[in-house]
Amino acid sequence: MISENLSAVFYLISGVLFILALRGLSSPETSRQGNLFGILGMIIAVTVTFLSIGNFSAGFIYVILFILLGGSIGAFIAYRIPMTAMPELVAGFHSLVGLAAVFVAISAFLNPEAFNLGTKGNIKLGSLIEMSIGAAVGAITFSGSIIAFLKLQGLMSGSPIVFKGQHPLNAIILISIVVLIYLLCASQSSNLFWILLTVSFLIGFLLIIPIGGADMPVVISMLNSYSGWAAAGIGFTLENTALIITGALVGSSGAILSYIMCKGMNRSFFNVILGGFGATDSSSSNVNKEQRPVKSGNADDAAFLMKNASSVIIVPGYGMAVAQAQHALREMVDTLKKNDIKVSYAIHPVAGRMPGHMNVLLAEANVPYDEVFELEEINNDFANADVAFVIGANDVTNPVAKTDPQSPIYGMPVLDVEKCKSVLFVKRSLSPGYAGIDNDLFYKENTLMLFADAKKMTEDITKNL
Amino acid sequence: MEIDPLIFRLSIFILSIFVGYYVVWSVTPSLHTPLMSVTNAISSVIIVGAIIAGLSGNPDSIFNTSSIFGFLATALAAINIFGGFLVTQRMLAMYKKKKKDNQ
Repeated sequence: MISENLSAVFYLISGVLFILALRGLSSPETSRQGNLFGILGMIIAVTVTFLSIGNFSAGFIYVILFILLGGSIGAFIAYRIPMTAMPELVAGFHSLVGLAAVFVAISAFLNPEAFNLGTKGNIKLGSLIEMSIGAAVGAITFSGSIIAFLKLQGLMSGSPIVFKGQHPLNAIILISIVVLIYLLCASQSSNLFWILLTVSFLIGFLLIIPIGGADMPVVISMLNSYSGWAAAGIGFTLENTALIITGALVGSSGAILSYIMCKGMNRSFFNVILGGFGATDSSSSNVNKEQRPVKSGNADDAAFLMKNASSVIIVPGYGMAVAQAQHALREMVDTLKKNDIKVSYAIHPVAGRMPGHMNVLLAEANVPYDEVFELEEINNDFANADVAFVIGANDVTNPVAKTDPQSPIYGMPVLDVEKCKSVLFVKRSLSPGYAGIDNDLFYKENTLMLFADAKKMTEDITKNL
Repeated sequence: MEIDPLIFRLSIFILSIFVGYYVVWSVTPSLHTPLMSVTNAISSVIIVGAIIAGLSGNPDSIFNTSSIFGFLATALAAINIFGGFLVTQRMLAMYKKKKKDNQ
């Protein structure tokens, strides 16, 4: 058993180590060391908790058993998960943090003595407020992440689910959560506590169903932020510095990522949260949709164009992840490089289903990270490049965003792919992207459509080079 | 009159938000996915509360409603901790290989 002051110091140390873990991510070189700091911080926090309780009776063995059980499941998932499934994995992990926060809040509510929070039915007011906020945010994180997970996994349609009176309903539920927390604190009634949890689960579910697949990067970042605030709420309840620091870090990290993603789509945060994007525009785009001619080609044509190019820019998108085409793509690029063709990659901030999704896939395929560029870094180079190879991206290349104020994606920063001498567009069909709008790029004079599975097409091109 | 300890915790919280703000802006965009998985792992430090809850039973009744929720939360948080750190490690190792190839 160690003193409370000493354990508080150790919790502070582990909080600092978590800050260093995030700091490490400022460059790939320091990132692995950062991760080790994070692991060390976690080991310190867990060890100190055991020492400060100092109760190594039978319960201790069960705690260890559950840690080992959870740990082996986690380790198994971490080693087996394909990199293309990272968005689902992260959404799934968020839901677990949320649920863990709810469970901790429940056990603190049922047995406040164990946490030094007063007695049952007479919990300290401050602790009860913190606990109920932590529990409510945790519950929202849980059910919201489950919906995000189902949508990303394809178990639930990625298209927005909207119904009449949705926003008023959500507003009423959110207000009722605040009222419930107030009543709960006034009455200490356990029934109100359970109602609060149920309503919070419900609102998490309702908040995410109207948000479409292409907005998932924002949703995942937002849920990341929520999981942090939930942890912070519980941290205040437990008077634990490590949890408070971590909660604040994760909360602000998720908020910043959401901001970056919203900026990448030129949409306000509220516009995304209110949802329904892509559900209504499909009808309007059908109106002026006459059959326009497109040029389509095969792998042979594509290989010919690329062989005669001196520089090629690759624009990967979610379709590349779906087709698992990143390795085939790297092989194609290797062949191009052997022919002295300059190749670089252009990544749009919202390409894929989560922040940095494309970078991880390219890294997996051994693409050096200094060949991969962000939108602002590379956008001027399209005018000087010979071939743009668009693989699995769609909306982020749509010139309509620059030309048509009527378009729902107007004003969104897009890659200036159409400025290339020629554009190769790998796609399975002419169907519109997630935003539900037709891509003008398909019909441009210098665009050659390659209708095929991204992986197969890339392999065929390599054969023809 | 003494300052309520809550104020100290609130100060830590607010200052940590600012630290988080500056630290996260300095994260390179290509590492945003590892950032999410590592924040996931560290927010599972909530396991601290789960352990306290799990150990709250007395020797006669290790399993009461409160401690059962504690055990479950321990397992959930452990999935996240191991899963989060290991998958981050796995991703970052890929970025590492690049460096060797290049230099």
